Amino acid sequence: MRQIAIYGKGGIGKSTTTQNTVAALAEAGKKVMVVGCDPKADSTRLLLNGLCQKTVLDTLRDEGDDVDLDDILKPGYGGTMCVESGGPEPGVGCAGRGIITSINMLESLGAYTSDLDYVFYDVLGDVVCGGFAMPIREGKAQEIYIVASGELMALYAANNIAKGVQKYANTGGVRLGGIICNSRKVDNELELLTAFAEEINSQLIHFVPRDNIVQRAEINKKTVIHYEPKSDQADEYRSLAMSIHKNKNFTIPKPMHQDRLEELMMAHGILG
Amino acid sequence: MAVTEKELGEILAKLPSKVQKNRSKHILIKDDCKPDQEIEANTRTIPGIITNRGCAYAGCKGVVLGPLKDMIHIVHGPIGCSYYAWGTRRNKAKTADPADNFLNYCFSTDMQESDIVFGGEKKLAATIDEVMKIFNPKAITISATCPVGLIGDDIQSVAKAAEERHGIQVMAFNCEGYKGVSQSAGHHIANNILMDKVIGNSSEEKAAKPFAINLLGEYNIGGDGWEIERVLKEIGYHVVSVMTGDGSYEELRVAHTAELNLVQCHRSINYIAEMLEVKYGTPWLKVNFIGIQSTIESLRNMALYFGDEALRKKTEEVILREVAKIQPQIDQYRKICDGKRAFCFVGGSRGHHYQGLFAELGIETVLAGYEFAHRDDYEGRKVLPTIKTDADSKNIPELHVERDTSRYQVKLPPEIAAELSKKIPLSDYPGLNVDMQNGSIVVDDLNHYETEEFIRLLKPDIFASGIKDKYVVQKMGIPAKQIHSYDYSGPYAGFGGAVNFARDVSMAFASPTWNFITPPWQDQPLLDGQINEGGAA
Repeated sequence: MRQIAIYGKGGIGKSTTTQNTVAALAEAGKKVMVVGCDPKADSTRLLLNGLCQKTVLDTLRDEGDDVDLDDILKPGYGGTMCVESGGPEPGVGCAGRGIITSINMLESLGAYTSDLDYVFYDVLGDVVCGGFAMPIREGKAQEIYIVASGELMALYAANNIAKGVQKYANTGGVRLGGIICNSRKVDNELELLTAFAEEINSQLIHFVPRDNIVQRAEINKKTVIHYEPKSDQADEYRSLAMSIHKNKNFTIPKPMHQDRLEELMMAHGILG
Repeated sequence: MAVTEKELGEILAKLPSKVQKNRSKHILIKDDCKPDQEIEANTRTIPGIITNRGCAYAGCKGVVLGPLKDMIHIVHGPIGCSYYAWGTRRNKAKTADPADNFLNYCFSTDMQESDIVFGGEKKLAATIDEVMKIFNPKAITISATCPVGLIGDDIQSVAKAAEERHGIQVMAFNCEGYKGVSQSAGHHIANNILMDKVIGNSSEEKAAKPFAINLLGEYNIGGDGWEIERVLKEIGYHVVSVMTGDGSYEELRVAHTAELNLVQCHRSINYIAEMLEVKYGTPWLKVNFIGIQSTIESLRNMALYFGDEALRKKTEEVILREVAKIQPQIDQYRKICDGKRAFCFVGGSRGHHYQGLFAELGIETVLAGYEFAHRDDYEGRKVLPTIKTDADSKNIPELHVERDTSRYQVKLPPEIAAELSKKIPLSDYPGLNVDMQNGSIVVDDLNHYETEEFIRLLKPDIFASGIKDKYVVQKMGIPAKQIHSYDYSGPYAGFGGAVNFARDVSMAFASPTWNFITPPWQDQPLLDGQINEGGAA
């Protein structure tokens, strides 16, 4: 079982990319579980076709300790298993602690069965505190992929996440598998992302071009693989899934100094 | 028996150099030739050193708020924080109707994992409603424990909403354990809010009787406050309020009507005494009701302050009678205690207060110090302007009070106050250091290693401290007396208390137990080492 966590700046397209990749893996016959680690609980919407499922934490709150795996684990597209960790409403409580509680609960309920090929964690935003680092701590997820784009803020966040991965690389054995570019069509994006990935001692594992079909599929509560299986964009996700499947390049990242990151932007990010 | 700088240096030499440098500033050998010996205090404890200190929550809820008997003190946090602050301090209280005394109860929101994740505000509000329904107290306090601060529960707004709902005062204290470097921060947080919201919040303008006083910084451990009040009342004083031993919300509200504030524990309350002076013009007098001579002196100073002949006469009459009653017993106990030596490491004032009582029993204090005091408690109030505020103390909200123009009264004309200040410690405290014997040791925030080393070096006959180091010390063959909680005994204050203390200390010395314990230095080598393979390097 390979456990993979997807990180990246808020709004970069982590959930969309994760679900499309998972759908492609499922299509190829892999058994995958997706654990949404976002209090908004929207990490499995496309796989479940909009079915709003009850989160682990809501269930825990309502049922006390008497939680059944069936209450929280729902089957989605292509036989995927979908879980939403959930969390408090904005501005109260501790979402980070929620993720810790929820992953421990999944483990104790035996959600991690041996027939699983993959577990994907879709994690909220930046690694802001210990709770959000949970999937990469204690050997939960061994591989990390960071979703980024050519925008400076996305690269800032990616570099920051690399710091978190570096921190836990020695204790938990976690490694960076690569950078996924979810294109925003900014200048020289491919070159910039390639250079960025190399600079932090990793690789650009796939460049996902921007296509409006993604938006249409989302409105229809489906992944592109499900909504328009013959489209070019579906093939892009398939090829991303295969790159991840075949990936052997796992590294301890070397995050950059802020100044170096800005230099890199200057060198690649500006045309002419 | 004096300790040399060399011996002290040898003890510290075993510590890493950075720690050594830090700790050497917290320890001094009293030298009568050096008038202003400086000591570092109220700074962060070194990680890894086993300290006796408590946390801000312990200082706020455990020490200051806990003894207020007619209020209900809710602890917002996991159950353990509540349980371990419940009854262990032995602060006693009585009420006319026992149903008004809530001290024996323990109120906690018992936060669980889901309260941490989703926030505990709703549970706190429900707890308040439940408390109102069952107990209907005059006021409620909420003390926050660490997780509450981490997840950011807005306890202030919960308290405000509860005030509107129930029409009583509900006060929230952000006294999360990690605030400040010791429990001292918690005393500030608690006292500031009591000063701001409770004291003076009554329409009473005048005390019911003459010679009205407040007793500040007396927590009625083992009934200390009762023994002090017995004597004060007999002399003719009217005790308006006590902060906070056997104290009450109702009494605190009229505390502004007192004509004099007595300060027993300087550390925990001196700033409130100062604020009361600024706001209402009430001077404060440093007292010490531990030990016979200190009690006598405190009573005489009070009589001097009021300058009333009948009061002065009654004071002398009571002193004469009380001393006559206890002196024969003290003399008997002194035969057992005479010539013994003590370590006195307690809190923020008792490390100083108990030395006089020890001396009256013929016991010399060879090492003394405080767990959580500030520099002024060692060096006297004269150093107050030179104490630099660091980030840790800035973390505690400061309260600034102004003169209450309608209630401010000059209690003493300035020239009389100036004259009195020469005779009595009016708004002053000279600190512990001045009373230490030449060659004795003063140590701040004493830790486990230093405790053991100083015991080996000085071999005291008794160690006055707390529960945390008691058994370590006793296993070294030395009786340890808890001066925080008085073990299971007390009161130790005032005249009657002195006899109790003399009895308990004599009992400790006379116990045959110590003959069955071999201290480690008697059967273990003082030096240890190991033989490396291949001989010495």
